[in-house]
Amino acid sequence: MLKAKNIVKNFGALPVLKGVSLEIKKGEVVAIIGKSGSGKSTFLRCLNNLEKVDGGSIEIAGKWMVNDGAYAPAKEMRGICLKMGYVFQNFNLFPHMNVLKNLTEAQICVLGRKKEDAEKYARELLGKVGLADKEKAYPCQLSGGQQQRVAIARALALDPDILCFDEPTSALDPLLTQEVLSVIRALSLEKRTMIVVTHEMNFAREVADRVVYMEEGVVVAEGKPDQVFESEAVRAFTGKAEN
Amino acid sequence: MNTFMEQFPIVVDALNQGFVQTLRLFIVTLLGAIPLGLVIACGSMSKFKPLSLLTRLVVWIVRGSPLMIQLLIIYYFPGLVLKNNIWGSGEAGRFLAASVAFIFNYACYFSEIYRGGIQGIPRGQDEAGMVLGMTKMQIFFRVKLLQVIKAIVPPMSNEIITLVKDTSLSRIIALQEIIWAGQAFMKGSRGISGAIWPLFFTAVYYLIFSGLLSLVLGKLEKKLNYYW
Repeated sequence: MLKAKNIVKNFGALPVLKGVSLEIKKGEVVAIIGKSGSGKSTFLRCLNNLEKVDGGSIEIAGKWMVNDGAYAPAKEMRGICLKMGYVFQNFNLFPHMNVLKNLTEAQICVLGRKKEDAEKYARELLGKVGLADKEKAYPCQLSGGQQQRVAIARALALDPDILCFDEPTSALDPLLTQEVLSVIRALSLEKRTMIVVTHEMNFAREVADRVVYMEEGVVVAEGKPDQVFESEAVRAFTGKAEN
Repeated sequence: MNTFMEQFPIVVDALNQGFVQTLRLFIVTLLGAIPLGLVIACGSMSKFKPLSLLTRLVVWIVRGSPLMIQLLIIYYFPGLVLKNNIWGSGEAGRFLAASVAFIFNYACYFSEIYRGGIQGIPRGQDEAGMVLGMTKMQIFFRVKLLQVIKAIVPPMSNEIITLVKDTSLSRIIALQEIIWAGQAFMKGSRGISGAIWPLFFTAVYYLIFSGLLSLVLGKLEKKLNYYW
């Protein structure tokens, strides 16, 4: 479903990703963990074309987005990027649109769906994330957890093949964190392909089929959750993280 | 004609005429400066360095020097220095020169407000549009424009209220706006001379007009406050 090979990314003279490779199969949930500054969010942003890579290849659903550092032509890029859905740490909902419009806007102007169809689908998705009664609310009237659930529904509305989460609960308190995690957990039960960058170790252990541990721009450990969490590097990390 | 009651209707009539000219300058300035400001803002945000540097230099000069000097230069420079009075003679010429000076000056102020408004929209809004597959145009018009408008209405209101009073600067090139009309009664006009109160009375016009504008602009601001 997704193949990233040897991704290199520098911010000026600072190397952030030093050859990161990752392969994800259909229906797989992969959690990426690691310290702040380890490059995990940057890696996810590269996969979603929010950052341009300086080297490496990314193949999404059988199409090259980047082949050995060279990007696909602009026309193809949009289609390829639409295979990916993305949920931000700080939600980034459109503040001037109500919840329903947040979900329908791109369906209509990007996918060309009819307004009625887009709204019907939006309502269905809002029901799924437990916010069926909030379609008329504006983002500022919602809690952080509710906003993040709207953001998840907004990403789902475009039917991405792979859904990416960039620290989806880092801006939330523990209670709101749980409501967002339970939505992601429900999605994992539907066998959706997902990549989750997270600091929630218990969640990663429970939901992920595979865990990737990154440190200073490289993948240090990768495998089944139990395996990875028992590895020395990750124990040193989680030992600190849980204190 | 000595009694105040006799003078009053004559003065009000003259001041009304002056105020029409004030109002014309105010409206023409807004109509010109609001779009021109957008062009200047695009220039100063351009990725082409020479253009953005040049634009910022011009904006700095215009914002950093008195509007009164700009009026004087624009009005007198072509005629007195270049020996070619491009503005034409009489009140029409003065109005044209004043309009050009005011439009250019206010466009520079507006451009900075626009720039602040556009650059103040969080980067996350662009990124949200991008990951949803929107084009740059769609992101600007569907995602950002209304947020920009909301952000610029309060500072624009400020400038617009200031413009009401700044129109009086055109007195310096003898545009027959309301200050000029009020002052005429000091020297003598329509059988009244040596009267200072008409000049002072012009302030009432400014107060009422800026008061009405504040109300309207405040309403607009409130209307845009439907979110956050």
